Amino acid sequence: MTGFIGIAAIAAFSYFFLHAESQPAVLGLIAAAVVGVPLLGRFGWIERASRSLEANKLGGRIAIAIALAAIVWLFREENFAMLMLASVLFYTVACLGLTVQFGYAGVVNFAGAAFLGVGGYTSAMLAPHLPHVLVLVVGGLLAALVGSILILPILRTRGHYAALITVAFGILFRQFVEVNDALGGPQGLQVKGLDLFGWDLNSPIGELSFYTNYVLVGLALAALAFMLVRRLERSWVGLNLDAVRLDETACAVFGIDVARWKILAFTFGNFFAGVAGAAYAMMTGFVAPNSFTFADSLIMVSIVLLGGVGNAWGVALAAAIMLVLPEKLQALQEYRFLLYAVLVIAILMVRPQGLIPRRARDYFA
Amino acid sequence: MILQCAGLTVRFGGLVALDRLDLELAQGEILGLIGPNGSGKTTFFNALTGLYRASGSAAFQGEELTQMRPQRIYGAGITRTFQRSRLALPLSVFDNIMIGNHRLLRHGLWFNLFRRNALRAELEANVEKARALVGTFSQALVGRLFDPVAGLSMIDRRRIEICRALVSEPKLLLLDEPSAGMTHEETRELMDDILVVRERLAGLSIVVIEHEMNVIERVSSRCAVLNYGRKIAEGVYAQVAADAEVQKAYLGTD
Repeated sequence: MTGFIGIAAIAAFSYFFLHAESQPAVLGLIAAAVVGVPLLGRFGWIERASRSLEANKLGGRIAIAIALAAIVWLFREENFAMLMLASVLFYTVACLGLTVQFGYAGVVNFAGAAFLGVGGYTSAMLAPHLPHVLVLVVGGLLAALVGSILILPILRTRGHYAALITVAFGILFRQFVEVNDALGGPQGLQVKGLDLFGWDLNSPIGELSFYTNYVLVGLALAALAFMLVRRLERSWVGLNLDAVRLDETACAVFGIDVARWKILAFTFGNFFAGVAGAAYAMMTGFVAPNSFTFADSLIMVSIVLLGGVGNAWGVALAAAIMLVLPEKLQALQEYRFLLYAVLVIAILMVRPQGLIPRRARDYFA
Repeated sequence: MILQCAGLTVRFGGLVALDRLDLELAQGEILGLIGPNGSGKTTFFNALTGLYRASGSAAFQGEELTQMRPQRIYGAGITRTFQRSRLALPLSVFDNIMIGNHRLLRHGLWFNLFRRNALRAELEANVEKARALVGTFSQALVGRLFDPVAGLSMIDRRRIEICRALVSEPKLLLLDEPSAGMTHEETRELMDDILVVRERLAGLSIVVIEHEMNVIERVSSRCAVLNYGRKIAEGVYAQVAADAEVQKAYLGTD
């Protein structure tokens, strides 16, 4: 029961937050969350809610589906809210990929935005020529391919050095597209809207916002990514990835091929980022170097950390916070990033393991 | 002979950590390896398991170990424990034991993602296997099979490390100071439990590094003494313990 109340509370909060127009309302809601969430945590309510959801898995899923459907329905005609929601969903897909890399196998990736970019530019180049379902897949495959070259130096380094390689790659990618005229240079490229088997997502259905279409596609992709990541975690492969992250020497002694599993995790994750990037670019209608900066990569890493490293549910929650918050703080102008950064630090101070820390693996759950 | 080392040498720059070691182990034998700190005992284990590059020869059932990667050595049937526990602390007891069972699990991506029913059957069989193995060491620990290792006592962690080394049914088990950080009584119990499992795995050979002389005396049929990387004595315990050079190495008398 606590679980359902929790889902309802999160849904209601999301509704009011997306709905809030005036700054006092927005700030008031943020203040309520800042005070309320640690209090609920202190009295064990968050723990109780997530346990109750684990006990009743089917019920929990149905409740989440109903809550999502309600939010989509309530905002169906509003472009801004639907754009935000779709963005959160595409970022969730990409950050689930990062979770596999960083949360499971321990391969840090500070070039997440670059892999989104590979997908986005694939869309720009191929959308006029290929069926769009294929474009999404090719976007993922190309991101995975680029990643499989980057993994070579990563395998030869450890810790901070491996991180540095991905940072360098992210910067390299941005420079590459900026100076490359075939890819539109600094101006970037137009991207055709997504067209799925003759369903043109850019033409609105009735009074609905056309972004509602993208929300539906985003939901489908996120659900698919979610299922794959959860299954991966609760399998021998997930166990191997955890073992690789925690102790490479023990892995070697028990026959676990560290390189093989790092490559698998990195490729798997980059595929997700590529698919998400391809779909996201079709929604926004254009790609430019400035959309794929190091700062964007940092936001993706922050989502994984904030959600609770390795927790798939946490990723969705953190993506919502990281993406919607700065937009809602528009009126504070340049101070909004200050407040936003303070909030992220505050959350991690209260919950150092992230919003929803990962639990011990339960294969049969 | 299951293991034959001839002139096995490990060098770190100018330091010779293991100096032309000749050592043989018969199938089913338990060999005690003793010597002061820094005498090369753990280095010997690291060389055998492929963590250190060694020159000379170490043949395991005729296969040359010095040329093999650690992963292949495990596949050939050698497992070990570590002096300082190397468990994955956030993972459950079951997960840690299954890391040791790698050889016998199916790791294909397709199988793990999409053949969930077959995976489930494999999982259930392995939960039973882990239960039975852990139960040999401690019934209380069976009830905590899905608890994170981080919350367990030192002796339980030691037991899990030994289960992890035993679960894949190895032919040679290398135990690096199983008694470290434990009382005499606990050590005694642990060694007895290992012998129980050994009964089931016919022909399991064991090399055990140990400082507790009474453990060595009780379980090993033969022992070898290392000092400064060289073997200075070998034989049954009583004979080795009476050796003048061994006493000098341990007590520093002249």
